Amino acid sequence: MGKYLARRLVNYLILVFIATSMAYILAAVSLNPRSHYEGRNPPVPVAEQDHILSQYNLNDKTPVLERYGTWLSDVVHGDFGKEYNGQSVNSEIGRRMWVSGQLLLIGTILGGLIGIAAGAYAAVKQYRWQDNMLSTGSFVLLATPAFVLAILLQVAAVKFNGAVGHKVFEYSGQYNPAQAGGFFAHFGDRMNHLVLPTVTLTLLGASYLMLYQRNAMLDVLGSDYVRTARAKGLRRTTALRRHALRTALIPSVTLFTYSFATIFVGATFTETIYGWHGMGELLVTSIQGNDTNTVTAVTAFVAVLVLLASFLQDIIVGILDPRVRVG
Amino acid sequence: MTVPPEQLMGTVTAESGIAGQATLDETRVPSRRRVVWRRFVRRKTALAGLILLALLVLMAFGGIHLTHWKYTDHDFNALQVGPTSSHWFGTDLTGKDMFAATMRGAQKSIVIAFLVALMATGIAAIVGSFAGYFGGWLDRTLMWVVNLLLIVPSFLIIAILSPQFHSFWLFVLLLGMFIWQITSRIVRGQTLSLREREYVLAAKYMGVTGPKIIARHIIPNLASLLIIDATINISVAVLTETGLSFFGFGVQPPDISLGTLIADAQASATVLPWLFLFPAGFLVLFVLAVNLVGNGLRDALDPTSGSSR
Repeated sequence: MGKYLARRLVNYLILVFIATSMAYILAAVSLNPRSHYEGRNPPVPVAEQDHILSQYNLNDKTPVLERYGTWLSDVVHGDFGKEYNGQSVNSEIGRRMWVSGQLLLIGTILGGLIGIAAGAYAAVKQYRWQDNMLSTGSFVLLATPAFVLAILLQVAAVKFNGAVGHKVFEYSGQYNPAQAGGFFAHFGDRMNHLVLPTVTLTLLGASYLMLYQRNAMLDVLGSDYVRTARAKGLRRTTALRRHALRTALIPSVTLFTYSFATIFVGATFTETIYGWHGMGELLVTSIQGNDTNTVTAVTAFVAVLVLLASFLQDIIVGILDPRVRVG
Repeated sequence: MTVPPEQLMGTVTAESGIAGQATLDETRVPSRRRVVWRRFVRRKTALAGLILLALLVLMAFGGIHLTHWKYTDHDFNALQVGPTSSHWFGTDLTGKDMFAATMRGAQKSIVIAFLVALMATGIAAIVGSFAGYFGGWLDRTLMWVVNLLLIVPSFLIIAILSPQFHSFWLFVLLLGMFIWQITSRIVRGQTLSLREREYVLAAKYMGVTGPKIIARHIIPNLASLLIIDATINISVAVLTETGLSFFGFGVQPPDISLGTLIADAQASATVLPWLFLFPAGFLVLFVLAVNLVGNGLRDALDPTSGSSR
């Protein structure tokens, strides 16, 4: 098992390195940081532009591979370079990482757990009203893009607040800067701001996994070994949990890694719509702002997260599936 | 080898032997297309999805002629009004008719979705079958590329490259080039088992070349899978396109898509809900219809999959 995981880890690290390098080269070719200095009033002389851009390793007159070399030697030393205006990408990323981190972590875990539980439950109750309700709900959610869901929840929150006459749900920003009171008031305020974005991400992740888990569970429920487990005298819930659910979890866990990338993309919408200053929002603003180094740093962040998710998946599958442990 | 040819013919039908030729005429075997169609129609949700999809496409392409407003028109006598008899979906801040705009945006999104789905499924079929059939270094290289593309979300790559494309076709090409990865893995898996079948081996030992075997034997045997996949890819494509357009990374002005319409409506969604609800509603219904048809097709084409997704 250890050897297997080590091999996987090396493989993932290589993939992350190549993915990040690819993102750097694509961004360096595609984006134009010079646009920030062109057309200014008073005009910035071209020599001055070149000087500034070269200083930040953003000069498009330097060959891409040379810029890549400079960038890489910096990254090896843990420095993701400078933004177009000379600010450090590291400090920007360092601040925003935790903002996205809490959203993604809570959203992914809740989404995963709810999705798997709901899927397994729906499969056990196949064709009853519980199943019909859950399946239809997931099916409609699956057809709802993240940005539509986020805006809908926001509108619903505003209407609800208006109807109650009191701001029950916060629908914009990470916290209320004017919040008075002590630690608990601030904590409560932050939690309240977290509710709607988290609900959006959770629903997105859960709907996807729920339908998948339901199918996987249905395939397993009719199998001989579940019947044998019942026949040897296990209680229904025990048989379902130990024999059916455990087997049916494996394909869903495999899907989970790929759904993680989807959840990050979902987070870019959620952050932008709810005014969270996280990595997703940074991705959008840095592409719009032609900020090569920032774009690459965000890509690296996503690649590392997907890597962690894949690695976690390997461990969970290893625990669930004895064949992997032996092999 | 001593069986006379008539008897051989007889064994083909369900009631073989004695009656021979006579029963062959009477037991009419329904064609595969009929069987699939019957199975598809039997599922009410699939049929409902198909009807909904047809209505939406008809509405997007035909509905535009029902109103005299164009999506570029501005009615300065009716700014920011809700749905009325003249402006069915209301108007925005500049008096733009939302019905005309939604239909125009829907046209764009639908055309992109169909083209992209076709392209993505095509690429997936070629990459997957070549990797699976030939194996070896080709397989390893192709699957490695697939894994790489799965680590970086394609959404991100297209967004990074977006300043480069101001042409519609380039955008379609890019979308198609980045959403085929998962399907290609499924195709590869299927090819691995197909490649050991007798008819494929027979063709191989007769000296038929690899690409020809793939075109004649492998791809036709994967037809069901590919049809289902192309349908599901339509919804993936439309979601990716509208998402990119929402951020301004997709369809560029003066063109509009459902994504740009929803982005424009976002700021005023609480005050002028019709700006948001109509494009968003169209989008959700379209994706829902496509998914329903996709599921129906899966059950009809591949009843053993036992899937009701």
